[in-house]
Formats: sequence, structure tokens, C-alpha cells
Amino acid sequence: MAMIFEEINILRRHGKQFVPDLRSAVLPGIFRGRPVISGDITQAEAETVALLCPVGAIAVNSGKNRSDQAVCSLDLGKCVFCRECEFSLPGKIQFTNDHKIASNVRERLIVSSGLEQPVSVDPLLVRREIRSLFKHALKLRQVSAGGDNAAEMELNACGNVNFDMGRYGIEFVASPRHADGLVITGPITQNMAEALQICYNAVPSPKMIILCGSDAISGGIFSQSSALNREFLRRISVDLYIPGNPPHPLTVINGILDLL
Amino acid sequence: MTDKRYIEIVTNPGTVKLEDIPVLEYTDFVTFLDLVMGEEGTHCVAYFVLPQPGYYRFICCMAADENHALLVFSHIQHIDPALSLPSITAKHFQFHVFEREMHENFGIDFAGHPWLKPVRYPFDRADQSQVMNNYPFYSIDGEQLHEVGVGPVHAGIIEPGHFRFICHGEQVLHLEIQLGYQHRAIERLFVERSGILQQSVLAESIAGDTVIGHALAYAAAIESLAGITVSKNLSVERIIALELERIAVHIGDTAALCTDIAYQFGQVVNEALRTIIINTTQLWCGNRFGKGLIRPGGSNYPLKPLVIGEVLKNLKEVEERYLQVTARIFSLPSVLGRFEGTGKVTTMQASLIGAVGMAAKSSGMYRDIRWSHPFSAYGDLLYEPVMLHKGDVWSRAMLRKKEVEKSMAVIRELLKEITNYELRITNDEIVSPNYDLQLAPSSMVVSLVEGWRGEICHVAITDDEGRIVLYKAKDPSLHNWMALALAVRNQEISDFPLCNKSFNLSYCGNDL
Ligand code: SF4
Repeated sequence: MAMIFEEINILRRHGKQFVPDLRSAVLPGIFRGRPVISGDITQAEAETVALLCPVGAIAVNSGKNRSDQAVCSLDLGKCVFCRECEFSLPGKIQFTNDHKIASNVRERLIVSSGLEQPVSVDPLLVRREIRSLFKHALKLRQVSAGGDNAAEMELNACGNVNFDMGRYGIEFVASPRHADGLVITGPITQNMAEALQICYNAVPSPKMIILCGSDAISGGIFSQSSALNREFLRRISVDLYIPGNPPHPLTVINGILDLL
Repeated sequence: MTDKRYIEIVTNPGTVKLEDIPVLEYTDFVTFLDLVMGEEGTHCVAYFVLPQPGYYRFICCMAADENHALLVFSHIQHIDPALSLPSITAKHFQFHVFEREMHENFGIDFAGHPWLKPVRYPFDRADQSQVMNNYPFYSIDGEQLHEVGVGPVHAGIIEPGHFRFICHGEQVLHLEIQLGYQHRAIERLFVERSGILQQSVLAESIAGDTVIGHALAYAAAIESLAGITVSKNLSVERIIALELERIAVHIGDTAALCTDIAYQFGQVVNEALRTIIINTTQLWCGNRFGKGLIRPGGSNYPLKPLVIGEVLKNLKEVEERYLQVTARIFSLPSVLGRFEGTGKVTTMQASLIGAVGMAAKSSGMYRDIRWSHPFSAYGDLLYEPVMLHKGDVWSRAMLRKKEVEKSMAVIRELLKEITNYELRITNDEIVSPNYDLQLAPSSMVVSLVEGWRGEICHVAITDDEGRIVLYKAKDPSLHNWMALALAVRNQEISDFPLCNKSFNLSYCGNDL
């Protein structure tokens, strides 16, 4: 009997932990989400931060036909969210707490200066079978191919008591045979390339592919490494890109929900 | 120093000139090593090859825990494809992984090594005919034996690795672990990407569950090479971050251990507690794992009063609830039935394989860098490690609980020392990171940190212009994977997931 009271006590303090509305949940202001680059950034300033950026995520549009182009852009698919560009140019670059930064279109991850626009999924480009088949139940298999275990832990957290992605019928499963698609983390190492392909082949069609984290999308800080083999990505088409280092569970869940 | 056979490093991190590291004949090197290994608590933290024009320089760093020092010495061999040295592993088993690494990278033979097998299949390995698919697994012939292969892709959301069991019925006779799937050439990238900011981001990505541990080992190494010291406040902040990381992972592991024995109550309560801690880190620096928090020379996120208040409030909340739920967990017969006596590693085994961190402390070894080679704010703390003796899953679970309590006490102690934030601004005490540090030429730095898994060791060597030409990053997992292999011997194969989780070793930390 005493035992039961103990558990009841623990549960009472545990309370309700789940985030009631994942679609409108707000993270504290210091969270590093979608950056905004002010329109009055100068070319010289843009060049400084482009040089500073550890992963070459900032591109400067130099030269003649600049009049119709933004001064610079920041690629969230490469960015490791170190925020150094902001520290170097406070007021010109600012990371907001907007965690909804996933898209099905690679180009939509590129944030241009002077253009404040949310990152979103383009509904017209979502494959029809994704919405018709997976809308109400989606089973995913995760493959880590050189991931550093941070994105993996955040994917685990998607299913925990706080985020409870299962409420939408989205779940990670143990076997690729039971899955509707793969979520890939890590820059895809040479040593994992074959296993990834085998795992992909084992998923029944139609299947979807999600790249989770900047390493997976572009190689991230490892993009220049001689130990990668990203050929797999040339053979398949990607359905969703989820940037982050690692992506926050809210970024992952909202990204997937926007796709479905 | 009268003994000319070694140079002593008494600080952590510590930098020495390469020319000051004694070079011994190989036979003298081995004799001296035998002598050093005879001392209680001495173990090897790094043994590696520095390639030079025409010759290899083998540098060995031994930690003398009782003396709180490092002994460094070396030997030199001409580059020769047929180079073969009498193996040290044959006498001192903990060297097995260092000699295997040198064999894999350079093709050097170690005569008498019992187990000269691949460590991680680096892209530039000496023998390119060794590939993931032809690992030389140990096998036993027998009509009643069977083999079970698991991985590289596992059932859960975890990193890849291959486990090959030889079983007699349900009983595991032998487990061999093949790693390398996660190899990203990190050590090479440290040399190729010379910017300190790039290297800081790399250090944070060695193992994403040990962001603070590895970033701190790197930052301290760079600061030592640059000859700078950081403020007392910054050292204190770094240790608070390190202990928050330890608390978060230990609580997360408590949850995961409950998952593996299907005790859902323990799982969900602990998961929620871990969330509170990592969200505190996010409130501090904007990232739940502390990426971006540790940088050489300064910090982008000085600890402000608001965050200090949150840390104290959340620690109190989590401590009360964690103690409540662990009291329950460790008193349930159904939990104890699975934890007690499962996956034993004896003190003798742990000491033989050179186990570090949790794997050592739960098997009766007094091994903790915070005590033996205090770094950063630990210099003034006189930390006493937690130690347990039984070496089973219960010990590794209980160690986590006890370390969580200790880390919380350490943070509270340290927070008292953080002086007034406003005062620090007016005194210009808050310094931004420095990415333009000039490093000492022709030098070697050794930087040790006790991460939540155990001893992290980073070594960097510079050329005559102060550029890094060699970087060695060692995660404690490099030693401790062998502890897991030993733990499951004679266990039921169904207890493997529980044993595995009780160590929670890093794949990417091993594969680099
Ligand atoms: S925050 Fe992103 S874009 Fe800015 S410097 Fe860091 S990696 Fe580059």
C-alpha cells in the first residue's frame, strides 16, 4: 500500500508534462531559429561575415546585376547555428526564436537579406501519395550515418512525454520493413553508405526521405571531409529538409506536420 | 628532475616543447613503461605516432593519478613498411587500442599483440583492403554454438555499430564489437580547417551528447598553447555547464535503463526531469546541448542573474523529484532483480583494460580527472569521486544517481562564486571568444576533462609556425567498449540491451 502512495506522490509532482499545442508553442527568445538579415547590410559587412562563417553558409551577391538581388543570403541547410555572424554584426543579422524552419524545397532554406519571410513547405510540390497515404499514420525508420547523437537524441525526444509526437499518429519503428520512410541524420559517411542504401531498399514503396540536421542536408561542418560518401542523395529525391544543429523537436514535428 | 627518461606535466592542460620530450631507445621505453605501470592508479591517456620526415615519433602520455601529474616520453623509429615492434599490449593490456590504432593508421606491426584488429576504418588507413564487410571476427567451432549479428542499424534511434555474439543457447560466450561506421575524419579536419571557430564547432561535434566535455577539452588546449588564462568567473561557468551536461545525461540514462526493463513509470518521470535540465541550458545559450557555449578565450553567453536564478530553481525542483523517483526505482524488487548481478565487470578486468570514468568508478576504481588532474574551476574544489564496487548494472545505475547529487552540490557551490554580473560588465571582465590566438610553435598540449562518460583527452601538436599539425581527440568510449564486451560474457543475450545502456558508450566518439 505504502508503495502505491509513493508512486501517486511522484506522479502528482510530475503533473502534466506534455506541450498542449505543438503548433503554436513558443521557445524562449534566445533560442536560435530562423535568422533575419536586415536590408541595409552593406556588401563589405556581408563579405566579413561570409569569411567568418565556419561552414560557408553566407553567400554575397556581388557585381553588376545586384540592383534586383539581395546583398547576401544565408543557407540554413549549411548553417550550424553558431550565431557568430550575429555577434559580428549585431542589428544587421539576428537569429529569431522562430523554430519553424523545415521545408520540402531546398531553396526555401536560403534566407535573403532584406526579405523577412517564414520558411515553409510548398504544398504544390508535396508528392501526392505522401498526403493521401501517410496523413493519418506515418511510421518512420531513423538511420544515423555519421550523426553526432545530438539530432538522434532530439528525434527520440519527439516521442517523449513532453512532445508526444505519437498523438498525431507519427512514430519511429524498429524495422525498415514496417516503415513508410527514412529519417537520415549525419553527413553520410563512406563507412555507412552501403548500410544506408540497404536500409532504404528494405522500406516498402512508396517511401519518403527526410534529412534531419545541417550535417545531413549539406555535410555541415564535415562537408569537406574525405570520409563522406553522399552519392545516395543523388539517387533519391528528398521530401523534407529539417535544418538545425541539432533540430529542435518542435522543428521536426512541425516540419513533418506541414508536409502531411 | 633527475630522471631524464620523461618530462613531467603538472598542470591540466599542460604544454611542453616537443624538443623537451625525452627520446628513448625502444627497449628503455618499454622498461620505463613497466616501471611506471607498477605504480597504483597509473594509466595511459594517449600513445600515438607523430609522423616526421623519414621517421615516426611515438609519444606516450601516462597519467600518474596519485601524483596528479602526467609523464611524457617517446621513442623514434625509421619509416619502413616492415616496421615491427614487440607489442606492449602483451604485458599491459590497456595498450591494445592504442597499438591497434597505430597499426591501422600506419601499418606498423606489433609482434605478440593478441588482437590487432581494426578500430574505426579511417579513410586513410594503411591497408585499404580492410573494409567494413570483411572484419576478421573471432569465431568458435562447435555444433551447439550459434552466432547472432546485430546492426549496424539498430532497432532504436541510436548510432550504428555491429555486434557479433557467439552464443550457447541463450548464453553469450563472446561478444565482438565492430565500429567505424561513424568515421568522419575529425582528427584530420582539425588539421585541415585551421580556424579556431571552425575547430570549436568541430570539437562540439565529436560527440553531440558530450558537447561541453569535448568543447572544453579543446578550448583549454588552445588557451594553453596560446599561453593565456581565462577569468575565474569563466572557469566557474564552464564547470557549471559541464555538470549540467552530466546531470542531464545521467537522468536521461536513468530513464533509458527503466525503458529497457519495461518500467515505464521510471522512464517517463525521468525523461521529463531531463527535459527541465536541457531546457535550462537552452535558456542560458539558446541550444539544449550547449553548442556554442564553450569557446577559447571568452564566452558569448556570460551567466546572467536571470539564468542563475533559473538554474537554482530548476536544480531544486529536479533534485527533489529525482531523489523521490530513484528511491522508488532502487527499492522495487522487479527492478533490482534485473539490475543486480547483471553485466559484471570486476575491478581486475576494469583495471586491465584501462577503463575510465563511469565504467571504472562503478567497478571499484578510483579514477576521475576532476580529482586526479583537476582542470578549470576544479583546481580549487577538491572533488572526491563517487565509487562503487560491484561492477554490475546496478552499480552503473546507482553511480549516476550519486553523481547527479554531487554535480548539483558542485553547481550550487560554484554559483556562490560568480560575482555580480553588473560589476563584471563595468570592470570589463566579460570577454568575448578569441579566434585569432597565436599558438606556441613546436609544442604539444595535453588537455584532460572528466566528461559524463569519463576521461576525455585532447592532444595538439604545432609546427615551427604554431600551426596545428596533429590533433588527437579521445573519447572515454575508446577504452570502455571493451568493458561492455566483457560485461555480457556468460549473460543471457536478452540482457544485452540493458548492459549496453548501462554503459551508454559513444559510437561517433570512437569512430571520430
Ligand atoms: S550562425 Fe550560421 S551563418 Fe552565421 S556564422 Fe554561424 S554557421 Fe555561419
